[in-house]
Amino acid sequence: MSEKKLAIIATKGTLDWGYPPFILASTAAALGYEVQIFFTFYGLQLLKKKINVKVSPLGNPGMPMPMGMDKWFPVLGTAIPGMESMMTMMMKNKMKSKGVASLEDLRELCVEAEVKIIACQMTVDLFDMSPADFIDGIEYGGAATFFEFAGESDITLFV
Amino acid sequence: MADFDQELDASGLNCPLPILRAKKSLSGMSSGQVLHIIATDPGSVKDFEAFAKQTGNELMESIEEGGKFKFLIKKA
Repeated sequence: MSEKKLAIIATKGTLDWGYPPFILASTAAALGYEVQIFFTFYGLQLLKKKINVKVSPLGNPGMPMPMGMDKWFPVLGTAIPGMESMMTMMMKNKMKSKGVASLEDLRELCVEAEVKIIACQMTVDLFDMSPADFIDGIEYGGAATFFEFAGESDITLFV
Repeated sequence: MADFDQELDASGLNCPLPILRAKKSLSGMSSGQVLHIIATDPGSVKDFEAFAKQTGNELMESIEEGGKFKFLIKKA
């Protein structure tokens, strides 16, 4: 079996959207794929040593809310201060109770499985982010770096 | 259920953890040895079939018993 390759671009910095890149990358690695994830824009939040991302009910009508909260609150209600933190806490508790791994754990599994992590140099500079805030073992590059691997990949995903 | 060399209890864990743990356990085993996996995630039934197919490890048995899903995988 020749080694297949998976290239992922991770652009989102929310609790919910942080999962697909890490789940797919770690699973592909377990299946024998060589994997690279290119983190750009808000996806860079997922590379911080302590991941601090939230899930937002604002502008997210598909988000299931506990206790029929979506019925009590009109759309604007989801903009109430503290709503985001509360929903994030509830989501994290729910994930824990259902045996869903934390983002940090999944990221660690990716690192262990030698998933290659590339941070987009341009957006790191754009947001004045410091490489010191990120986990170790990251490489920095641009679009051309992504295509070097993506061009010979069997699967490419944009998340 | 047939004999096995090692056991992995992935009860309570959800996708993709049972697969990742199984992969890790298999890495430490030698060719021909059998891993017994216990899981509660219903999605793991289809996932272990797919895992076996793609990694070349043999899924010898896949059963449901008392609300748990049990698998025997022989390392290639």
